[in-house]
Amino acid sequence: MEGIGAFQRVVDDPDGYLKTLKTRKNILGYCCSYTPEEIIHAAGIHPLRLFGSKEESNLADKHLQSYCCSLVRNVLSEALSGRLNYLDGAVFPHTCDTIQRLSDIWRLNTSFKFFSDIVLPVKLTTDSAREYFEAVLRKFKAELEKGFSITITDEALHASIRTYNTIRTALKDIYELHAKNPGILPGSALNACVMGSMILERQEAAELLEGLADDLKIKTAAADPSRKRVMLAGSVCSQPDVYSLIERSGADVVWDDLCTGSRYFEGTVGEESDPITAVAERYYNRIICPAKHSSVTARGNNLVKSAIDRKVQGVIFLMLKFCDPHAFDYPYLKEYLDRENIPNMLLEIEGQLPPEGQLLTRFETFVEML
Amino acid sequence: MSSSGTDKKKKKMRSATRMREIMTDYYINAKTASQTGKKVAWITSGGPVEPLIVMDVIPVYPENYGAMIGASHMGGDLCAKAEGMGYSTDLCSYARADIACAIENGGPIGGLPRPDMLVCCNNICGTVLKWYEVQARYFDVPLFILDTPFCHTEFPDQARNYVRKQFDEYIAFLENACEKPFDMEKSIEVGHLSVEGQRLWQAVLDTAAHKPAPITAFDAFFFLALIVTLRGTQVTVDFYKELLAEMNERLDAGIYAIENEKYRILWDNLPIWYRLKWLSDTFASHDACLVADTYTTAWCGSMKFIDENNFFESIVEAYTRIYLNIGIDEMAKTVFEMIDKYQVDGLVIHSNRSCKPYSFGQYDIQRMVQEQKDLPCMVIESHMTDERTFSESQAKTRIDAFMEIIKQKKG
Ligand code: SF4
Ligand code: SF4
Repeated sequence: MEGIGAFQRVVDDPDGYLKTLKTRKNILGYCCSYTPEEIIHAAGIHPLRLFGSKEESNLADKHLQSYCCSLVRNVLSEALSGRLNYLDGAVFPHTCDTIQRLSDIWRLNTSFKFFSDIVLPVKLTTDSAREYFEAVLRKFKAELEKGFSITITDEALHASIRTYNTIRTALKDIYELHAKNPGILPGSALNACVMGSMILERQEAAELLEGLADDLKIKTAAADPSRKRVMLAGSVCSQPDVYSLIERSGADVVWDDLCTGSRYFEGTVGEESDPITAVAERYYNRIICPAKHSSVTARGNNLVKSAIDRKVQGVIFLMLKFCDPHAFDYPYLKEYLDRENIPNMLLEIEGQLPPEGQLLTRFETFVEML
Repeated sequence: MSSSGTDKKKKKMRSATRMREIMTDYYINAKTASQTGKKVAWITSGGPVEPLIVMDVIPVYPENYGAMIGASHMGGDLCAKAEGMGYSTDLCSYARADIACAIENGGPIGGLPRPDMLVCCNNICGTVLKWYEVQARYFDVPLFILDTPFCHTEFPDQARNYVRKQFDEYIAFLENACEKPFDMEKSIEVGHLSVEGQRLWQAVLDTAAHKPAPITAFDAFFFLALIVTLRGTQVTVDFYKELLAEMNERLDAGIYAIENEKYRILWDNLPIWYRLKWLSDTFASHDACLVADTYTTAWCGSMKFIDENNFFESIVEAYTRIYLNIGIDEMAKTVFEMIDKYQVDGLVIHSNRSCKPYSFGQYDIQRMVQEQKDLPCMVIESHMTDERTFSESQAKTRIDAFMEIIKQKKG
C-alpha cells in the first residue's frame, strides 16, 4: 500500500511538494469544499486546499479579532507570512460570514495574480437557485480563462470530471471498506488520504487511490468485537492525532460528516451532459454543509442515517471555536442523535488540540460509555 | 436618551413619547393578531417588509426585540439559557436571546407573538439563516429565504436575475400563506410610503451635520425602530415628519443634544444596548457628541438604488447592496463619506463579538481611516446584547485615553 506513503508525505510537508510543483503548474488556493475544483483542474491549474492547521505567525491579529475561527486566522497568517508564495491566487466560494470577510481582507492585503469570489447561492431548493448556481460557475470559468489567458474546452472539463469522479469514488470505496473492517487501515491513514487528495496532483491522487482501494479489497484483518465504532462530525479535521487517540481509547472512526471526509467525496458528476451543468448539479445536490440551506432537517436526517447505516455506536462532534454555522446546528444535531439513543460528545477546538493526556482521557471516558 | 446636564425638561423630545405610543400600539396589535384574524410574520431586519405591509401581515422583528432585551438588561440571562440549550456563547446574542425567549416566553412584553411564517433575508449575515432555521423547526411554520448574493465588489447580472426571480417567489409565498392575491395597486402606494419614510429618516439623521448637533447617534438608535419595523406605512411617514420638524425647531431655538459640544464622534457597528445611557454620559462628560453611526444609516443607505416609480423592480438592487452585504472597501467608502459629512473628530469602532460580518474587516477600515483621514480611532469590544462580559472600567479607560488624543489634536 505505497499509496498511503505518498499522501502522508505531502500532508507532512506540503510546502516542499508544492514548491516543486510550482515550477510546472499554476496553483490556486481555496478553503471550502464548495470550490468547483473540476473547473480549475480543467484549466490546467492545480487546486490546493488550504487547511490552516498550524499557527505560523500572528500576522492575522492586525486584521482579525480574537473571536475569529482558527481556520481563517491561520490561512490569513500563512498568506501574509509569505509561506504561500507558491500560490498564483485564491478563490473564495461564499461560505460563512467569516470567510466572506477573509475574502475581502485577502483581496486588499495580498498581491497574488488571481483572485475570484464564487458567490454561490445559499439556499439550494429552487429552480432559480439552481440556474444561478450554474450561471456563477460559468462566470467563474470565464474569469479563469481571462485571468490565465486560456480556453477551457469541454474535452478538458470532461477529462477533469472523470479524474474527480475516480477520486471521489475511490475515497468512498476506501471509506466503505474501512467501515466494514476497520482493522485494515488506521484512521489517521484514512485522514491522510483525504487531505493528501486535496494537495497532490489530482491525476496522481486518482491513480494512487484506485490502487489503494484495490489493495484494501483483498486485505483482511481479524475483527475485534471489543472495539467500538464511532463517527466524527464537524467542519474540517486536519488533526491526524484525533484518529490515533480515538484508536488508543478503544474505538475506530468508521465514518464522518466532515469537509475533510464524506462531504468531500459523496456524489459524483454526471459524465454525459454539458460539463458545467453537470458540475453544477453535483455541487447543488451534494450533502450540504451548515452554511447552506436545503431543508431545516436535512443535516440532522443525514447524520442519523449515516450513523445507523454504518452501525456507529457514538458520535464525536469536532467543533472549531467561533464557527457560527456549525455551532448553530449542534444543538439540533445532538437532539436528533439523542432521540435515536446514539451517544455523542462535543470537543471544541481552538487552534491546536488540547494536551494529549487530557484528550485521551476524554475519549476513553466516552468510549467506555458506549 | 442623551439628555444630560441641568435643563433636562427643555431637552426632552416630544417625539420620544409619540414613538413609545406607536411602538406600544404596534406590539399590542402583533400580540393580539390571533384574535383579530391577522397573520404575523417574523422577518429579519434587512428583509423587504413592503410586501408584508401590502398583504396586511404584521411584521415582527426578533432583532428589534433583541434590542429591547438588551436595553432592559435581560440579555445575559436569556443568553445563558440558550447556552444551557447547547448554543455556544460565541454566537450572536440577538439570536441566542431570541431562541431562549421563544421557549421560555420570558423577555420583555412577555415574549413575541407566535409567527405564522418566517421571512429570512441573508443580506445582513449568515447568522439569520441559521437562526430562522432553528425557529422554523421550533414553530413548524413555513420559512421563506430571500437569498441575496454578497456583493464584494460588484452586483453581477447573474445575481440580479436570481434576486429578481426570488421577489416573485416571495410574493407567491405570501399569496399562498395568506390565501389572497397580491394587491398591485396597494403595492405602488406602499412603495411610495417606504421611499418617503427612508427620505425622512435620512433627513432626520442629516440634522446632526449641524454644528452643534440637535440629535445624537444614541437618539438615532432609539428612533430607528419605526423605519425598521413599519417601513411603507403612513404612520411611519407622519412620525418622521414630526420628528424632523422637532429637530428643526430645536435648531432654530438653539437646543443641542450636548451641552457644550466640542468634539464630534462617528460610531461604527450596532449599539451596546445595555450601556447606551452610560456611553452617552461618558462621552458627554468629555463634551463629545456621537453625531452619526454606520448602523442607523443602513436603513436609508441604499436609497440611491431605488426608483420610486418602479419600486418593486428597483428594490432588487437596493436590498442586495445594503451596507453589510458589500466588501469592506465599499464599506470604508461610506465611512469616509460620513466622516466628511458630519465633520467628525474621531471614530469609535465597536468590535461586536455578536456580529462577525460587521466586525471582521473593521481593523482594515480603521487603518484606511487613520492613513487617509488622519483621524483618531478607538476600539471598544462587547457582545451587544449580552452584558455579562462587558467591562465598564476598561471601556472607560479607553474612552478617556481616546478623548485625550482628540483634545490634543484639536486643541
Ligand atoms: S464555516 Fe466555521 S470553521 Fe469554516 S471558515 Fe466559517 S467559521 Fe471558520
Ligand atoms: S447582529 Fe449581526 S450576526 Fe446578529 S443578526 Fe444582526 S447582522 Fe446578523
